[in-house]
Amino acid sequence: MEMHELTIHQAADLLEKREISSRNLVLSLLDRIEDLDKEIGAYITIDREGALSQADRADSRLAKNEKDPLLGIPLALKDLLCTKGLLTTCGSKILANFVPTYDASVVSMLNKAGAVTLGKTNMDEFAMGSSTENSGFHITRNPWNLDCVPGGSSGGSAAAVAAGLCTSALGTDTGGSIRQPASHCGVVGLKPTYGRVSRFGLVSYASSLDQIGPITKDVRDAAIMMNVIAGHDKHDSTSANVKVPDFTAGIGMFEKEGLKGMKAGIPKEYLDVKGLDPDVEKAFYDAKKVLEGLGVEVVEVSLPHTDYAVASYYVIAPSEASSNLARYDGVKYGFRDRSADELIEMYKKTKSMGFGDEVQRRIIIGTYALSAGYYDEYYGRASKVRSLIMDDFTKAFDQCDIIISPVAPTPAFKIGEKIDDPLTMYLTDIFTLSANMAGLPGISVPCALSSDNLPIGLQIMAKRFDESTLIRAGYGLEQSFSMAGRNFEIPRGKPGGKI
Amino acid sequence: MKITKNDVEHIAQLARLEVDDSLVEKFAGQISRTLQYIDKLKEADVSSASLASDAVFQTNVFREDKLEESPGPDVTLANAPERDDDFYTVPRIVG
Repeated sequence: MEMHELTIHQAADLLEKREISSRNLVLSLLDRIEDLDKEIGAYITIDREGALSQADRADSRLAKNEKDPLLGIPLALKDLLCTKGLLTTCGSKILANFVPTYDASVVSMLNKAGAVTLGKTNMDEFAMGSSTENSGFHITRNPWNLDCVPGGSSGGSAAAVAAGLCTSALGTDTGGSIRQPASHCGVVGLKPTYGRVSRFGLVSYASSLDQIGPITKDVRDAAIMMNVIAGHDKHDSTSANVKVPDFTAGIGMFEKEGLKGMKAGIPKEYLDVKGLDPDVEKAFYDAKKVLEGLGVEVVEVSLPHTDYAVASYYVIAPSEASSNLARYDGVKYGFRDRSADELIEMYKKTKSMGFGDEVQRRIIIGTYALSAGYYDEYYGRASKVRSLIMDDFTKAFDQCDIIISPVAPTPAFKIGEKIDDPLTMYLTDIFTLSANMAGLPGISVPCALSSDNLPIGLQIMAKRFDESTLIRAGYGLEQSFSMAGRNFEIPRGKPGGKI
Repeated sequence: MKITKNDVEHIAQLARLEVDDSLVEKFAGQISRTLQYIDKLKEADVSSASLASDAVFQTNVFREDKLEESPGPDVTLANAPERDDDFYTVPRIVG
């Protein structure tokens, strides 16, 4: 097995037995990044020196038989998580020179657990997008087919995990930005419950929806990452002061009891979604059969306000964004246009030169929705619809333990295909954004390959703070799916080639 | 809801954005289509719904009123585009 194929738990095992060193693991990944990332574009910043010095520290701790869950494991971080002394751009020209003076809480937690940061991954600017084509720097290509998008907004993290350019990664999910790229790249993506993971040091997009979570090669790795990053943080007033379980226990539970006694709901409204790709539909029904084979009882549930979810989301998220992004005015940090000789003009020029089109579009929609005379009609109404969506889930979860659905209506689409049609791009978020609206956890687990050899994931959602059930069910599915010979070797210099 | 080029310019002004002419037209079309789609919210019966301003927490969170060490001006101003001593500097505010 090659270094770049290792999962966290495999690498940790070899590190502990001293069969490999963290330095060698990191060096081999850095070489691979140098070799392949010109084609994929998963990273914005590589921290070679920092990574090697963290690896050396990990090796000396390993030599002393010290133990920590991620000791010596090389990770990639989505470039909106503040890293002290390391460039953090949020995929935006407006933060192209921003070097944080502190670590995000999750970054401190990873460091404390012994992890090594390889670098910062590409993303849609300010996490606004579903394809990573909105990055202010460059696009990211899907390692399975270089003509396709990796999904987004955590497309860099998902592509890096899929192509073996890191052992595991962190992403963020505001409307599907962990689960959808994970699905498109054939890896596991877990969006935790809102409040489960601290958002301190995460560059805000839509604060009532944003959540940080792992993108990993398998479900066990997602549980290992969750054990490190979950928990209450006094620096984030929305972080939940609730007990944090051992998330790997869900795996033990599957091994002991399978999925017997579990009930899975299928929302009948999801089956009526227009534009569902036949391969995605088949993958979904195959996954349902697999679940039934594992002892799961499948029931039909109803989420009656599904048809309003996208509309409500695209009022709430831009409204919060228009408020959050007002801070990028060229005064305290980030880019400043120096040609203006008057303050308001400086604000305007700075923002317009610093923000890309999609960010400006969403600021305009959000400002409009919050403006005098329109607030009740847009933000007020969307917020009420959101509470109806939350009620729908509460009622549905009276009948089941998990809800299953496709992650996205289609496999990864072609680069450039939807970039000039924002509304069509927004509509692809239909299956994922409700979990953010209701604050629920969700996971994407690879379950099939399309006829064009592109990965397709299954989404599982659970009740608030019940990530353990997601891990148990996700692990069960993972053990059963036959993604035979999943192999991370990507084509060299041959766009459109297959793995 | 259809918005015009003038609307885009007006909202951009509120948001302190300077959208150039070629973008104003493109944005007016794209944003109109998005708002037309969003108009379906008007069909939803929200008469019994409460406002969900937060997905999980509805209570305020307080911290202890305790003095803690501050990072100091050099850390705080480390990313300032322009500074003068311990102050941010900006272009003139009044004429």
